[in-house]
Amino acid sequence: MSLQLRGFHIPLLSPLDLTVADGWLVTLFGPSGAGKSLMLRAIADLDPHQGECLVDGILQSSLPPPRWRRLVGLLPAEPQWWYDRVGDHFPAGGRQFLEPLGLPPECLEWEVSRLSSGERQRLGLARLLENEPRVLLLDEATANLDRHNTGRVEQLIRQQARQRGLAVLWVSHDPEQRQRLSGRSLRIHQGRVERATWS
Amino acid sequence: MELIRLTPLDLAIAAALILALAALSWQLHLGVGKRLLVSAARSLVQLTLLGLLLKLIFAQSDPWFIGAMLLLMSLIAAREIRARQARPFRGLWGYGIGGGTMFVSALALVLLATRVIIQVDPWFTPQYLIPLFGMLLGNTMSGIAIALDGLSRSAWRQRPVIEQRLLLGESWQQAIGDIRQEALRSGLIPIINQMSVAGLVTLPGMMTGQILAGSPPLEAAKYQILILLLVAAGVGFGTMGAIWIASRRLFDERQRLRLDRLRSR
Repeated sequence: MSLQLRGFHIPLLSPLDLTVADGWLVTLFGPSGAGKSLMLRAIADLDPHQGECLVDGILQSSLPPPRWRRLVGLLPAEPQWWYDRVGDHFPAGGRQFLEPLGLPPECLEWEVSRLSSGERQRLGLARLLENEPRVLLLDEATANLDRHNTGRVEQLIRQQARQRGLAVLWVSHDPEQRQRLSGRSLRIHQGRVERATWS
Repeated sequence: MELIRLTPLDLAIAAALILALAALSWQLHLGVGKRLLVSAARSLVQLTLLGLLLKLIFAQSDPWFIGAMLLLMSLIAAREIRARQARPFRGLWGYGIGGGTMFVSALALVLLATRVIIQVDPWFTPQYLIPLFGMLLGNTMSGIAIALDGLSRSAWRQRPVIEQRLLLGESWQQAIGDIRQEALRSGLIPIINQMSVAGLVTLPGMMTGQILAGSPPLEAAKYQILILLLVAAGVGFGTMGAIWIASRRLFDERQRLRLDRLRSR
């Protein structure tokens, strides 16, 4: 699976050409307010933008928006919940990714209002992966997690990228994490997306 | 029964009560005193003018003139719907969605009432058409205004949830379904309550008026039932139409939530 951007353009940033190939994990960093989250939102077609965005050669505009958004799974920095019970947010059952994320099966019976921010984040990832996206867009996916759970999330994402050939674009503020995750990182600097490391 | 005529003094006694209420509100810093006085003064002036005007209008037999009256009433109501929303749509949509659905709904039902049910001859006889249309319009306006206000407020507040649902692959109808249902309910609840307590707790305004003016109570009741049912249908269809169009307008052709189409405060 690959993610391709051609002349991709959002208001804060200059046009961008980028390919994230199958199994690649690319990290993205830059100062707050630089447009990292906006870029992910635009790729998920949540905000208006210009230029082309393709997954496996399929144009964003050629797919109905719900199908496109399932194809490119975006995990926001604060995943949202709207039913009272955790399990009601998992149409496909929800058990598949709980264990690798260190969550007990009974968490599906928990009340959402009692979840910690770290649990919300891990459950948000489990819910997203259940959709079987082909591209993963992660917005600070481990911001609320301790070192142990951060390791679990990183391992699961790496494994998914390798086994299912996912293209992953991961916004991360932590330099050590970026180094652990990937040799490819992008930096937003003065309104431009640049390659920081690319090996 | 002879109609007992009201003197200006009679009305002044009732007006004194509103003054007392405003004074109390001012004393207790409730902040509604001024609005209370302004709206009471408005109703006094508007109804007096209406009384004078209706006398002239009822003497009219030109359907175009009566049509123009209905249109004028609708335009004022459309403006009122927009004014009652904290975050109306920008531009003409702010008037068009609420005003358009209200006009279509009220007009369809008033035509049904005068042509099919009451069978007034001619059907545009202003004594029937204008008060019926006014009653339908007023209630539909309230229902639509409440519902649209609820919809836009909730969409604004629950933006992260709506977008999360879109991100998980839901359609715009699914993503805003709960909010839409809630808005619709809030628009319909006043008329539902009104119907369920009519005659038990409240004696509806029109029936009270008719009885005070000397109509036999059973005739007044029949008209009141007709009006209540028509009003409920008008509020229901109008509000459903407005909520459907407004919620569609909250999303663009790529099913993105477009809160920039609402006016910010």
